Amino acid sequence: MDTDKAQRAFYALLGVATLGLLGWGASSAGAGGVAFGLFAALTIGGSLICVWERSVVRSAFSLMATFTGVAGLFLLLGADFLAVAQILIYVGGILALILFGVMLSPPDLAERKLSRVLSALVLLLGAVAWVGAKVSSTVTWATAGELPEPTTKVDEIGVAFLDPDGYVVAFELAAMILTAALVAAVYIARRKASDLTDPRTEGGA
Amino acid sequence: MGLGAYIAVSAVLFALGVVCIISRRNMIYVLMGIEMILNAANINFVAFNRFNGDAMDGRMFAIFVIILAAAEAAVALGIVLNVYHLFESIKPSDVDLMRD
Repeated sequence: MDTDKAQRAFYALLGVATLGLLGWGASSAGAGGVAFGLFAALTIGGSLICVWERSVVRSAFSLMATFTGVAGLFLLLGADFLAVAQILIYVGGILALILFGVMLSPPDLAERKLSRVLSALVLLLGAVAWVGAKVSSTVTWATAGELPEPTTKVDEIGVAFLDPDGYVVAFELAAMILTAALVAAVYIARRKASDLTDPRTEGGA
Repeated sequence: MGLGAYIAVSAVLFALGVVCIISRRNMIYVLMGIEMILNAANINFVAFNRFNGDAMDGRMFAIFVIILAAAEAAVALGIVLNVYHLFESIKPSDVDLMRD
């Protein structure tokens, strides 16, 4: 079948691209490069599968690879607290929320149009390549060689949250936003009393 | 790995998020695309923070982005639930009460 062939070709290409990314990382920066290649492949491969797959459940679970890969990139950048927060909140929280949403979406395997996905992919990735070529011809990026070793800064993050010269206003505002969003989400999503089955209006049905 | 590699990963992730939003006809995919885009922005924040003296501003900003993403996901899911009750569909193009 045609779609089966496309599916196989997609996953074969994805595997080859992953190996290529790992090899490029190993040749350019050794063990750190392999780690970077692995997490980059997880990130990009997960989101590619999410865009590609027909079933919403598979897309949602492939997002887990994306979020884990991003957490790994945070680790490589020395942001350990952020990596753990990323796994806790995204993989544990937001993904569970999205899976709740998946449960209410009727399975519609004809929803994905291959031509639409492919043309959007070509268009956007072409745009990224074009902008990347433009930018990289004018900017010299910092390289990893000049950097000091990353230090863990969990205690400093905690102090900065409550420091009047730091982020205490943003911190309290974030607390208020979270409370308001929680209350609003419960209020919006709850079934109204009038929506529940009323024997007087249901009639014989 | 240099800064350019992280920026490249983040740019591709951003583009895939946009593809996810514009090429699927399902609100759940729109939510997933938004999460990808926010993650791409976070990679940028942390990478620039790391390669720019390792002050903490970028990391703190990324933490606030994660907080807002969590709030956004909860409210957006409530909205999707409500849209499904109202329209019996979660295709974004079916929500057209204000069209005429």
